[in-house]
Amino acid sequence: MIIAERPSRLRAFTRAFFNSPTAAIALCVFVAMSLAAIFAHLIAPQDPYDLRSVSILDNLLPPGEVSFGGMTYWMGTDGQGRDMLSAMLFGLRISLIVGLASGVIALAFGTLIGLIAAFRGGWVDALLMRIVDLQLSLPTILVALILLVILGRGIDKIIIALVVVQWAYFARTVRGVALVENARDYVDAARGLRLPPLRILFFHILPNCLPTLLVVATIQMAQAISLEATLSFLGLGLPPTRPSLGLLIANGFDYLQSGRWWISVLPGVVLLVLVVSINVVGDRLREVLNPHLRG
Amino acid sequence: MAEFILRRILQAMLVLFVMTVLVFFGIHVIGNPVDLFASSECTKACLDEIMVNLGLDRPVWQQYLIFLGNLAEGDLGRSFTHGVPAMSLIWERFPATLELAVAALVLALVIGLPLGFYAGLRPDSWISKAIMGLSMIGFSVPIFWIGLIMILTFSVKLGWLPAIGRGDLVTVFGVRVSFLTLDGLRHLAMPAFTLSLLMMSMVIRLTRAGLREVMTSDYIRFARANGVPEYRVLGWHAMKNLLIPIVTVLGMEFGGVIAFAVVTESIFSWPGVGKMLIDAISVLDRPLIVAYLIFVVTMFVLLNLVIDILYSLLDPRVRLGAGAA
Repeated sequence: MIIAERPSRLRAFTRAFFNSPTAAIALCVFVAMSLAAIFAHLIAPQDPYDLRSVSILDNLLPPGEVSFGGMTYWMGTDGQGRDMLSAMLFGLRISLIVGLASGVIALAFGTLIGLIAAFRGGWVDALLMRIVDLQLSLPTILVALILLVILGRGIDKIIIALVVVQWAYFARTVRGVALVENARDYVDAARGLRLPPLRILFFHILPNCLPTLLVVATIQMAQAISLEATLSFLGLGLPPTRPSLGLLIANGFDYLQSGRWWISVLPGVVLLVLVVSINVVGDRLREVLNPHLRG
Repeated sequence: MAEFILRRILQAMLVLFVMTVLVFFGIHVIGNPVDLFASSECTKACLDEIMVNLGLDRPVWQQYLIFLGNLAEGDLGRSFTHGVPAMSLIWERFPATLELAVAALVLALVIGLPLGFYAGLRPDSWISKAIMGLSMIGFSVPIFWIGLIMILTFSVKLGWLPAIGRGDLVTVFGVRVSFLTLDGLRHLAMPAFTLSLLMMSMVIRLTRAGLREVMTSDYIRFARANGVPEYRVLGWHAMKNLLIPIVTVLGMEFGGVIAFAVVTESIFSWPGVGKMLIDAISVLDRPLIVAYLIFVVTMFVLLNLVIDILYSLLDPRVRLGAGAA
């Protein structure tokens, strides 16, 4: 009975999700961009990190221009003669890696803290939630700025900074849902069966927190990508050798005043499409999974 | 009541204390400020002299106590690069940041409220859908990119607005402001709009959601049944209840806007505290970085404290809930 019910619930969920054409398109765009990022080394016309393949003679070419060597730069080139299309594909990869890695780590850590707070209650709960409140009362960009000033540049460091600013959202969400679930009959029943507390926590309560967590994770990932771009733009995130989308935009900023728009506008469009599509998917997930939150 | 306020004040002080520890010791991990002052032919003796001058020869916990003692007197040390007290630099530049943030707040309300009203009243029209789509983009797009596009459009291509600086200033009550001159307004327009986008999107969403909820409530129906004219129903009766969540959220977001001004100020070279911070970071001007962080965090904690206390005065449930927890 239960086994027969599961696939149909999944199907109902899928159908409900794709009921919105906007969300369907957004999901497709996101998947396409992820694939492009994963296979960046195969589809990019040039390896932007390999200085030998880059010719300084080709610098600042507008989109569509053909190089001396006969190669067409569909998206133009930057100040060092790098093909923008290739740079953007690799930049997209780095932005996605940062967003995904920080999201997953923050999710795991925040969920653990939230579950502990909900399950233990008492002073543990009070202490953990005070820390969460403190964290959420400070603006994310300020905390990330402080951390990056202390830690320095690097992909691992920006991931740490993003985890620190994000975990509290997960912890608070999970605690809220877990407290509601904890009071439900099925948890009482599990307790009545004398199941070990950890088993109840991870196999009974946690699965029921997942839908809400999925929504928060989607939105947090979009936030993380956007924040990373902002920090890199300020010169605080990633090292310039492996530019993310934000750093590409920052590099183009210097050329903007002289009318060479493509170097920062095009990576910006990619960033915009990426973040908006993730947010649209997240919004739709919330509507489908938590009908009472609609509004 | 007094107990609740006292508890909140103690809590705020604890938070501030923790932040001074974090900021002070965190900053002391980075860079070696002696290098900033030492010339290339500096010998060991001259390096030691710089160390003593900066107070870096003492153990770090002593440095922290000295820092706390000075902090209590409002002295956060001298900026390494400017050679003047860090706090005076902050007070000198903070009005510019505040002006930018207030202008952004005003823009968010002036533009956001009418758009949210329209979207709430006619939720199915295509204009409403466009408004909601735009607010989604306002939430999603990093504001620095919007700033870039605006510079490209209005400064580079059209040449209408200046891309950098503050323009002509007027002194009002000892504070120099730019919104009272035409040139100043032209300089203010793009940074303020860029900074307001996030708040504007929030105002649109809150207004729309609030309006749809309020319009189905009994008191609106009774007002209409009593023949109250529609503009008064919307502009007065509905508005009163709408503004509560909006004011709350904006109040809490305002500190965030000051923090986000770092980005806007960097793009438009707006001479506020945010731009100063980024410059200080690039040369590792420790006292200035610490002063900025302590200043902003203090402002934040005070803002939250005031909001909490106001709330407890307005709504007794908050205070009872907090007392029980």
